[in-house]
Amino acid sequence: MNRRQALATLAVVMVRPAFAAEGDLAGAIRTWTGGAATKEGRVKLDIAELVDNGNAVPITVTVDSPMTAANHVTAIALFNEKNPQRDIARFQLGPRAGKAQVSTRIRLATTQRLVAVAKMNDGSFWTHNVDVIVTLAACIED
Amino acid sequence: MSPATQAMQKDDTQNPAMLWVKDGEALWSKPAANGKSCASCHNDAPKSMKGIAATYPAFDTQSRRPIHLSERINLCRKNKQDASPLPPEHQDLLSMESYVALQSRGMSIAPHRDKRMSEFFTRGEKHYKQRIGQLDLSCAQCHDDNPGKRLAGTPIPQAHPTGYPIYRLEWQGMGSLQRRIRNCMSGVRAEPFAFNSTEMAELETYLASRAAGMAMDAPAVRP
Amino acid sequence: MARALITVPPNAKRGEVIEVRVLIQHPMETGYRPGSDGRILPRDLIRKFSCRYDDGKSNEIVFSAELYAAIAANPLISFHTVATGSGTLTFLWEGDNGFMQSEMAAIKVS
Repeated sequence: MNRRQALATLAVVMVRPAFAAEGDLAGAIRTWTGGAATKEGRVKLDIAELVDNGNAVPITVTVDSPMTAANHVTAIALFNEKNPQRDIARFQLGPRAGKAQVSTRIRLATTQRLVAVAKMNDGSFWTHNVDVIVTLAACIED
Repeated sequence: MSPATQAMQKDDTQNPAMLWVKDGEALWSKPAANGKSCASCHNDAPKSMKGIAATYPAFDTQSRRPIHLSERINLCRKNKQDASPLPPEHQDLLSMESYVALQSRGMSIAPHRDKRMSEFFTRGEKHYKQRIGQLDLSCAQCHDDNPGKRLAGTPIPQAHPTGYPIYRLEWQGMGSLQRRIRNCMSGVRAEPFAFNSTEMAELETYLASRAAGMAMDAPAVRP
Repeated sequence: MARALITVPPNAKRGEVIEVRVLIQHPMETGYRPGSDGRILPRDLIRKFSCRYDDGKSNEIVFSAELYAAIAANPLISFHTVATGSGTLTFLWEGDNGFMQSEMAAIKVS
């Protein structure tokens, strides 16, 4: 290894985050859907596009579904691109929900893409992507 | 504050500080070893504690200086309940304080116009304007000269402590005004005032006066 | 025991879709964050949540969730259910270090 290569290797090591992110976003979604195709639409992921504090960011997922026995959402999963882990949460629901809407508060380590995926009882998967800008990240203490 | 943070504070079913309030409510009537609870003397907090938090820091005749609400709670523990005082930022102390502070929600901040307080107020104002730390900054340089601007993405407020104790998103929990002030002081690389020190009481007395007339919004949520 | 705040409308009409909100005191320590001594704080998460609705006729889980480190401290979850009959909703949180807590709320359906 010449000097230039050694320096390049060093630089790469230095910019590595303390925790290497686990896997890629598309891969995490594929694992959850079991490789089934996903389509954009029917799902709405509501979150502020500019987040001034990543420690507790309100988020709401709504799926356009009549929530009847014949036609309903069975699960919703939330994924992120750049936190240490790709998973955020998974929710199981059914016709007894009456309305396919779930809210929670999440942590965001940095500016990144979020994806909500809904699974319908007919086996189809629907997604919505949102890009958010985070000005103050989660997980830093005073 | 972002609309999301404001919404979190406005709705009690979403405000995480209400978890501490609920704890405080339970502690209010929980008897100490000597059988006495807060309720033994003060009965119903919604009546007896209405407006009380809005008057703090208040002059304490024993120590002859202004004391913070949490210090008053600890004095009650010591003198009436024969219990040991709780350390600063203890969860039970924050819970009690949140519960008492809630009883002043919406009321005007009304510090006692006590003559004995004036020297503490004057020294508090001096602390506020004193440049400190390696960054050589005073409270006033941020909070009087640059409010509304941003510091590392976060808006600089005008230093009106209307909502303490607060649920601070950055802390992911509750904390007192003293903790917040100490954060600021270490932020400018200065030695923070000790918890419950006279200097802290002086600065808090000055800050309360600045906020006089503003509505209490405790327990507040802040970024 | 951790403090929890449950918001369920005490009264509802049969067939009405109601919103259920649950808030619980928990640090949701990620396992990725150093403490004041520089050492990584061990992971302490609520991993699972469920809501069981006993309306007198059936008693089944109507909503459940798996939570990960990206869920904020003192987690809030809000979801919906159809008011099918008077009875009780039982909430269960389970997590690391043997964390388990259950709460109940009554609902009157007319």
